[in-house]
Amino acid sequence: MQKIMVCIKRVVDYNVRIRVKPDGSGVMLDGVKMSVNPFDEIALEEALRIKERGSNIEVVAVSIGVADTQQQLRTALAMGADRAILVQTDVAVEPLTAAQTFLALAKKENPDLIFLGKQAIDDDANQTGQMLAAIWDRPQATYASKIEISAGKASVTREVDAGLETIEVDLPAVVTVDLRLNEPRYVKLPDIMKAKKKPLEVTSLDALGISTGVLLKTLKTEPPPQRQKGAMVKDVAELVDVLKKKGLI
Amino acid sequence: MHKVLIIGEHDGKALNPATAKCVTCATNIPDAEITVALLGADTSSVASQAAAITGVKSVLRVDRPENMHPLAAIFAPQAAALAADYTHVFGPSTSFGKDLMPRIAALLGVTQVSDLMAVEAPYRFRRPIYAGNAIVTVEADPTRKLIATVRVASFQAAPGGGQATVDSKTLNVSLPSHTRYVGAKSGSTDRPDLQTAARVVSGGRALGSAENFKLLFGLADKLGAAVGASRAAVDAGYAPNEMQVGQTGKIISPEMYIAIGISGAIQHLTGIKDARTIVAINKDGEAPIFEVADVGLVGDLFQIVPELERLLG
Repeated sequence: MQKIMVCIKRVVDYNVRIRVKPDGSGVMLDGVKMSVNPFDEIALEEALRIKERGSNIEVVAVSIGVADTQQQLRTALAMGADRAILVQTDVAVEPLTAAQTFLALAKKENPDLIFLGKQAIDDDANQTGQMLAAIWDRPQATYASKIEISAGKASVTREVDAGLETIEVDLPAVVTVDLRLNEPRYVKLPDIMKAKKKPLEVTSLDALGISTGVLLKTLKTEPPPQRQKGAMVKDVAELVDVLKKKGLI
Repeated sequence: MHKVLIIGEHDGKALNPATAKCVTCATNIPDAEITVALLGADTSSVASQAAAITGVKSVLRVDRPENMHPLAAIFAPQAAALAADYTHVFGPSTSFGKDLMPRIAALLGVTQVSDLMAVEAPYRFRRPIYAGNAIVTVEADPTRKLIATVRVASFQAAPGGGQATVDSKTLNVSLPSHTRYVGAKSGSTDRPDLQTAARVVSGGRALGSAENFKLLFGLADKLGAAVGASRAAVDAGYAPNEMQVGQTGKIISPEMYIAIGISGAIQHLTGIKDARTIVAINKDGEAPIFEVADVGLVGDLFQIVPELERLLG
């Protein structure tokens, strides 16, 4: 195995409490802290661990997004990716278009594995990896909690509703990762300095022959209905009383 | 008229209740004619279960040995071939549907609406983003096929008593050999299924250990409840991953959800928003779980849980 491509999305940081714009046109993003999608960070960490176990494996971090997405790719380089590619665009790219873009990169890069997070925490779509595997005509192993690589194959344990499932896929393959696969490393200052010297190529959707169109129009964004805060009870006896009155027990 | 194909989820013996919830969602599309497709090695028994769902017009069985296990790479090309005759293709927003449906959409070159929570018009839907902290109304191109996963917590299961026709279908689709099923490990339990249980008792980090977590089992059994867990409890190894409730675990809508020692991170609340009644028991009176709970009790769970179990008789 020679190369792992890791797809990374720039998203609103996990700890930010998002707010819907009063006019319903979207969520407020001005001045909000942006980060690497946490699931993608786990995907990158796994690629780096495989690289550190083996030899001569190149880890390429790729992303699609605005010019500032370079910040997230620099983070990926600081974590240990060898180089990065940004497909720069100001257009919000939908999952199918993202998959087509990653396929165009895969055709240039010929990776043995493509890792992605199982979903991005902004649109929660959970589609891009599966779509990429489909149009690449390669296997997919989603929601990975364990990945073992052997000659030309990967054995992947998946977190599914019933528990854990293991499948075997031939390489090249697409793997999307779940929370418990690993705990990503912290970036150290010297690594951030080193990352500045690592190659970061910027290309465009045009250069890759990708056309963007709106497949799914967003008409309106609203805050969710709020649950009303209920009553506090003072002890277990009162709790049981209330539940009985509500007909729940 | 709209023709909706629902990809049924099953284990060969039982039809997953998520399928009947997809049917309810599909009946919200005006003039929908609903077909349930079942892919499997032998779907005879699950086909009769699907045929009994009210609102289903026909059931299509696609039996072949390769369909023994629900591998997306095997199912998707068959489902994409079936999709030719339909305007909409729905699957449940379970690990089965979330894995499979985008692969079908991409093979068809169309978009997918994930976690559909309400139908506003045949091509206009509502869905959650940002862990449910915003709801978007989206509209897809009516001239193209619409693929969606249905957020099962948003819909009641369609009742039984229907009498759909059942047909077997042979598809001339070649299947890849690059993906192979190896095995599965699931915690066998006699308790109700977490995804569909009417009552759920759920524990968080405050339980402190896998041993302590078992404290909840007695209470759950007394209530006939399923057992869930917060991400923190699963990450700490107190409970297995299939018990996780929340944005990245299961999204559930029980009649009663009892959160014990769960602080209530946004990602957890996403998974329980549709519960009819939320009961919270927590030592910290300031815990965010109390902001959404219908009934709250501040105190030490290690005293409260045994006492509650006793008072329930």
